[in-house]
Amino acid sequence: MNAPLRKSGVVLFVLFGMIFANLNWVQAYKANEYRTNVWNPRVTVDEYKRPRGVIEADSGTALAESRATDDTLKYLRVYPKKEIYAPVLGYKPVSNLATGMEASENDFLSGESDKLFANRISDMFTGENTGGGNVMLSLKSKAQEVAWKQMTDNERGATKGAAVAIDPKTGAIQALVSMPSYDPNQLVTHDKAAAAKAYKELNADKNQPLLNRALAQTLPPGSVFKVIVSAAALQNGYGVDTEIPAGSVYREGGATIRNAEDEVCPDGQVTLKEALTESCNTGYAKLGVKLGAEKVKKAAQDFGFEQEDLKVGDLESGDGLAVAASHTGDIANPDGSTDKAALAQSSLGQRDVRITPMQGALMAATVANGGDQMRPYLVQKLLGPDRRTIYSASPQKLRSPVDSGVAAKLKDMMVSVVENGTGKNAKIDGYTVGGKTGTAQNAEGADPHGWFVGFAFNDKGEPVSAVCVMLENVSGGHASAEAARIAGLIMKAAAGGGGN
Amino acid sequence: MVLVAAFGATVEANKYDELQPNFWVPAALLSILFLGLHIVVRYVAPYADPVLLPTVALINGIGVAFLRRIDIANALNEKEGPPGIFSGIGGRQLAWTLISLILASVLLLLIRDHKNISKYAYTLGLTGIVLMMIPAVLPASLSEVNGAKLWIKLPGVSIQPGEFAKLMLVTFFAYYLVRKREVLSLASKRFLGIDFPRGRDLGPVVTVWLFSLLVLVFEKDLGTALLYFGLFIVTLYVATERSSWLIIGLLLFFGGVYIAYLLGASVGGPFANFYDRADVWLSPFDPEQYNRLGGSYQLVQGLLGLGTGGLFGAGPGAGSPLSVPEVQNDFIFAGLGEEIGLFGLSALLVCYMLIAMRGLRTALGVRDSFGKLVAGGLSFTLGLQVFVILGGITGLIPLTGQTTPFLSAGGSSLMANWLLIAMLLRISNAARGPATGAGGPDRSGPKKAPTQLHGAMTEVIKP
Repeated sequence: MNAPLRKSGVVLFVLFGMIFANLNWVQAYKANEYRTNVWNPRVTVDEYKRPRGVIEADSGTALAESRATDDTLKYLRVYPKKEIYAPVLGYKPVSNLATGMEASENDFLSGESDKLFANRISDMFTGENTGGGNVMLSLKSKAQEVAWKQMTDNERGATKGAAVAIDPKTGAIQALVSMPSYDPNQLVTHDKAAAAKAYKELNADKNQPLLNRALAQTLPPGSVFKVIVSAAALQNGYGVDTEIPAGSVYREGGATIRNAEDEVCPDGQVTLKEALTESCNTGYAKLGVKLGAEKVKKAAQDFGFEQEDLKVGDLESGDGLAVAASHTGDIANPDGSTDKAALAQSSLGQRDVRITPMQGALMAATVANGGDQMRPYLVQKLLGPDRRTIYSASPQKLRSPVDSGVAAKLKDMMVSVVENGTGKNAKIDGYTVGGKTGTAQNAEGADPHGWFVGFAFNDKGEPVSAVCVMLENVSGGHASAEAARIAGLIMKAAAGGGGN
Repeated sequence: MVLVAAFGATVEANKYDELQPNFWVPAALLSILFLGLHIVVRYVAPYADPVLLPTVALINGIGVAFLRRIDIANALNEKEGPPGIFSGIGGRQLAWTLISLILASVLLLLIRDHKNISKYAYTLGLTGIVLMMIPAVLPASLSEVNGAKLWIKLPGVSIQPGEFAKLMLVTFFAYYLVRKREVLSLASKRFLGIDFPRGRDLGPVVTVWLFSLLVLVFEKDLGTALLYFGLFIVTLYVATERSSWLIIGLLLFFGGVYIAYLLGASVGGPFANFYDRADVWLSPFDPEQYNRLGGSYQLVQGLLGLGTGGLFGAGPGAGSPLSVPEVQNDFIFAGLGEEIGLFGLSALLVCYMLIAMRGLRTALGVRDSFGKLVAGGLSFTLGLQVFVILGGITGLIPLTGQTTPFLSAGGSSLMANWLLIAMLLRISNAARGPATGAGGPDRSGPKKAPTQLHGAMTEVIKP
């Protein structure tokens, strides 16, 4: 019996050898992978040993900060302004990946960035755990808060919408609001179950509070698109005072174009400026068809349509919040020829034309900045834990869709819209305001979306702010009037002219 | 014991940043206990293997210290003061160790000659089977813990009868095989170069095989089934020296497991649990498995703990074993792995290896077949159990609900394994003692004469 006993000894030896080999595999070979695995709670504990940096508005108001707790996780992420800044900031939950600026500036906030290498080294010697770096956003807290307040308190009871304000000269985003929003604090609580439940509820909400409507959602812009058609016309030999054919009704293919009201451009001819001022549908439909699909699409692309990879955040790393591409649609028949009915409708920003509010604001900013479109950004400064400035944004030109002459004419026409036309609600004291309204049909029987894109110049003739306000499904007619009113107040606040 | 005390001290140093004045108490208590057992052994089994006791004591001590470390972590989480010496799972384990050691001493004192047990073989065998079956028959509410029906839950205590059944079955198998080994080993047909036993002699093997599969299905535990079956096959193999038994056994077992897996996939029902576990084993890092209730969360957390420990470990008290569910039971090895690292675990592994090998050595040395089979069976079972649970934790084989001998919290396992060690000590005493004095002078008891003769014969037959 001894031989089999010896053999079973060998079997045991082999079995133990297998365990040993596997232990080596797990603890030595795979160790690093396991140590940093996202499911490894120790990673989280380690991460929370060091206070995450503060995200602040340009005035220094803390928007996201870390507060010490007596938990296993030493710091709790707190968003003092709750839902106002949530679409920009995102949130940094315990058990999942961060979103928003928390995600795109994660390395810097957590302190892992190479830029903070010196701090890490000095930590090693002092034994201290200084926090991550601080991010100062370009957002103006006053503009943001006015925008949030005006959007949520809008006079038409619209529940969904978005607003973006940009400094036309630099591309710095002054305000970015998406409504409805959510309170990020409930998602970053250390009680993971509660956070998961809150997320599930938000995610299931049919109003989509987690959706960033300013950047990630495209909607038909309505007459706002006439700015693009105007640009196309001005680039192709038209002038501000060029007479274009109009009329009360225009039939093209299967499409029938009418004006919003009978008193709008019933005559056969109007000037381009008048057509924009009164938002003459028939005039622009005919203008679009006359120019042709290619020229309209080209102008749109020049202004940034169809760009899939735009991100607003950090100009240096290029990382940030993704902006959905705005589209003109094909405007073509199945055989490739121009679908004139579609072109007529597209010229009014209907049919397949879709833009993000960010795109609307960029259009206005381009006009205000003499035809140069600045790359929009959110990160103004990166500050070390000791508040030493590590990076400061230097504005970049994104593209130049029109030359300064065309831009000046567009500006002139858009100022006329606010002075004499459909955008009167956007007027603010002490500033020259220009813009364009849009009322977009979206679905059978649904209230239209109200749009306003515009800009404000101060008394020195400098552009101070460009905005886009969008309210979804506005009841009570003149959907764009409320958007124009809000836009004016946002620009006033952004320009430092006080809000209410 | 110095190691155990050092472990406890480091834990406290890490957790409280200072030593508690009584950090040495558990280690000292254990030392006294083991010293007590040692003295008992010296008196009643003077020739017993000198390696077994200290090795087991070391593992047991580390277990108690680690469980106390978990208590401390829990107490810190609840913001309570340091736990008392006998409170918490560490304290209970200490108490269980005391009881187990007393039981082991009693066993050593009562049974002066291991051959005497063979008189009760049938009783033990029957009790063993009954003990095994109880959890399978009991309603889930009384027997199921974490999906495996291995328990008898009484108010206050839960017993894992399988742990004791293991001991009893080894004894029974040994006795049975000593009686039948000639038939089983001689009557056979040669086929394909392998000696196949006669059909009717397959009876007992098939019975045990079916039995294991029933255990697998009704107690929902692959580990236990593997353990029983491996135990039986190995004792059979040792008794008959026929490798055909091994081959038949392994084929049957893996065939059965595979069929159970397929049935689990298609039929579900009682096979579903096994299928789930196999799935978890195959793809633990699949998010779907990870997030599923009863999925791979535990396995993954164990692996992550082990991985975090790396080569040298975080140091006792410096890891966070509490993030691994059930770290005090099945996953104690993963928790320890995080703190003592690959090197510490390897040392533990060597300790287990040492125990099993010394047990087999005892089996080699002892002169009677019954002793050989019992010692061999017990050591092999112990080794196999360590393999099953550690293989499960490290992802080598599907995870099963086995305890890690001497480490895991739990009285049943600790007691049963200490009884096992007591048996090994007793047999090793016979093996290493002078030939005439092995069984003492009381050889004239009711004779199981064949037992002796077979033992004598085997010394001659060597391959």
